[in-house]
Amino acid sequence: MADTLERVKKIVADRLGVEESEITLEATFKDDLGADSLDVVELVMELEDEFDLEISDEEAEKISTVADVVNYIESQQ
Amino acid sequence: MPLSLEGKTYVIMGVANKRSIAWGIAQSLAKAGARLIFTYAGERLEKNVKQLVETLERDDSLILPCDITDDNQIEQAFQQIKEEVGTIQGLAHCIAFANREDLSGDYLNTTRDGFLLAHNISSYSLTAVAKAIKELGLMNEGGSIVTLTYLGGERIVKNYNVMGVAKASLDASVRYLANDLGKDNIRVNAISAGPIRTLSAKGISGFNEVLKEIEERAPLRRLTNQEEVGDTALFLMSDLSRGITGEIIHVDGGFHQIGI
Repeated sequence: MADTLERVKKIVADRLGVEESEITLEATFKDDLGADSLDVVELVMELEDEFDLEISDEEAEKISTVADVVNYIESQQ
Repeated sequence: MPLSLEGKTYVIMGVANKRSIAWGIAQSLAKAGARLIFTYAGERLEKNVKQLVETLERDDSLILPCDITDDNQIEQAFQQIKEEVGTIQGLAHCIAFANREDLSGDYLNTTRDGFLLAHNISSYSLTAVAKAIKELGLMNEGGSIVTLTYLGGERIVKNYNVMGVAKASLDASVRYLANDLGKDNIRVNAISAGPIRTLSAKGISGFNEVLKEIEERAPLRRLTNQEEVGDTALFLMSDLSRGITGEIIHVDGGFHQIGI
């Protein structure tokens, strides 16, 4: 869990240009981290590459917070 | 005849990130020794383009804003290019957009606004750019314009919908522009790439499933990558392709030839 969160944080920080300290489990991508819809698509692609998994369109639509991402990744491994 | 673009300058429109086909083309042209000029739309993409351009070996690339829905911006950008380099030998147009809601479900639900938006950005932009090049005398004889199209403009591709209709319009524009600019010995061609995992492609509903289908069924049994498209663009930009215009070259592992 901790490892997944760290890897997610690194990608999100790099992609959205935010500090890792802002990326908490509760943070929402759109409101708290300032991601627009293109950012979300780019993030999904980066995460798919990093964790070698597939995030379906349906799953991607459900993603709101950092915790959603971490939980989904954990559930796939 | 060597495939060198030393001493030549090319404009690349539409790099969004490292996965962009436009970036694949940029890398192929850069490897062949070309000088590159990049245009982007919006601050959001400016940062991405700048970061990528920094990874190129040469440091004389130009990066300019150009929102292709705005004729003034097109004129400004190409005027600036003319002032900076005089003439260009080629241009890669890698621009398309449609509302995400128009890329799933039934095509017949496309709104008038969604239809016009997709055609404006994805099809008319090529004509607008070609016109600017012609009016400014930016391209000499032997110049080459390359755009990116997709099979969805020739055949029914699930969920591609309004983009398919816009690509059909783009394909027709390639033919008419080839005829117009052929008088000046400037060529206009399109590359129809197989599906590649780009930002644009991810906007199309069910894209991951499409990739699996291609891997199984394309004659080459693999996906197309950006490098393959880039190298075909290199050929189309070079004099090796001097007899080819108004053409759509499929770089898709042969998938477009599959029936059932």
